[in-house]
Amino acid sequence: MDTILRQTPLYAAHLHLKARMVEFAGWAMPVLYTGILEEARAVRNGAGMFDISHMGRIQVEGEGATALLQHLTSNDVSALKPSEAQYSLLTNPSGGIIDDIIVYRQGEETYLVVINASNTDKDLTWIAEHNSGGVRVVNETAETAMIAVQGPQAPAIVARIAGQPSLLELGRFHYETGEIGGGTATFCRTGYTGEDGFELIVPAETAEKVWQLFLDAGVMACGLGARDALRIEAGYPLYGHEIDDTTNPVEAGLMWAVKIDKPDFIGRESITSAKSSPALRRLVGLSTQERLQPRQGYTIYVGEEPVGEVTSGIFSPTRGTSIAMGYVAARYARTGTQVEIGIRDRRAKATVVPKKNLLA
Amino acid sequence: MATVPADLKYSKSHEWVKMEGEIAVIGITDHAQAELGDITYLDLPEPGRILAADSLFGEVESVKAVSELFSPVSGEVVETNSEITSATELVNEDPYGKGWLIKVRLSSTEDLASLLDAADYEKFADEGGH
Repeated sequence: MDTILRQTPLYAAHLHLKARMVEFAGWAMPVLYTGILEEARAVRNGAGMFDISHMGRIQVEGEGATALLQHLTSNDVSALKPSEAQYSLLTNPSGGIIDDIIVYRQGEETYLVVINASNTDKDLTWIAEHNSGGVRVVNETAETAMIAVQGPQAPAIVARIAGQPSLLELGRFHYETGEIGGGTATFCRTGYTGEDGFELIVPAETAEKVWQLFLDAGVMACGLGARDALRIEAGYPLYGHEIDDTTNPVEAGLMWAVKIDKPDFIGRESITSAKSSPALRRLVGLSTQERLQPRQGYTIYVGEEPVGEVTSGIFSPTRGTSIAMGYVAARYARTGTQVEIGIRDRRAKATVVPKKNLLA
Repeated sequence: MATVPADLKYSKSHEWVKMEGEIAVIGITDHAQAELGDITYLDLPEPGRILAADSLFGEVESVKAVSELFSPVSGEVVETNSEITSATELVNEDPYGKGWLIKVRLSSTEDLASLLDAADYEKFADEGGH
């Protein structure tokens, strides 16, 4: 357990703020600064920021890059224009999800792929195994930092500090380059909180300066705890919880990120047959009136019959009651279905809701 | 950094005890609430329940973790803090005051002798004791 943890370019800034640091995917990361609930509420009501520099940033470029990504990913990269990004999946031949990723198109044959920290080595190996055409694949994670600034006030703050009013006009999943804190930056209108905002990629050297500019502007530093609470409230999947190498996009409700009719990609046949076969289970949202928190692995019941399993659960900072996501047998996936969640020696009543409506 | 009032007794499972006549007021320490983070749920016993020293009497849950509560004393639960089950943040904000958990009428005062005083508890908690 004495492995040396990797540090992001903002490590010293986290210590300075007296963050509680934890190990996450081999990195030393802040789980909270002042409190998970307070930080999550700052994002819902104002603006908060997250150090997400641990996420893998992989440059994929050169002749054949588009063909390689078309083959490896489920979404259609050919539909992307330079300055656009898309959510996508790396899928295996059985249709399982190797990782969920964001692909930024930078040029005709130039892409930046942002992947989960916990999957960086696995993804790089997978890409290399299929890169027969010699496309340049470079892990640039260490050279840059990534900061997500999220919340209703986030766009105005970012645009003002960058001196780049055009950012306010940027559409979702579009990005622009510019400058902030004396260095270059990529500003992408994306996030993992269900709020408006940007994810910035900046050189490692200017990361602390950029972080401080946002702190000075009143943006609250938020840790992984708040990030997880916010993504669950928004109904977003997390690798290792809602999705993994054995779950497919049909049951995970991610078919919007699968272009089944595009030219062949790995896993297409399996996903097609999963789509037309009666799905065995579905990922749903679960809304409760309880304060008890469902957690990953807890059983979902209808009466005495186990019908599924919780993948993520949290005391919702925004609602003040607990919510969850989980897989249930398809016949119990209809909105409004009443279920119970076994929480240690108790049962919590829950209602099936669409994942996107967990805050409704 | 955590507050450890000098007039209380402490258990190694991070509960505090304050004697008011023959009634023991019990809560969790400032150190415990800080370790747990935002508390979101409390499961506390009904009045009338008989507790043995070191027995499980409830559960405290934060966004991060679930933790069990152990009674530092033996006796009968005479009151449960009804205000905090829906305002769990009081345990974080005022662990020795408004955030008290239960009151127990002691069946024996022997248990009190084995509890830590403030100085010993502070040392124990600082060393990361659990």
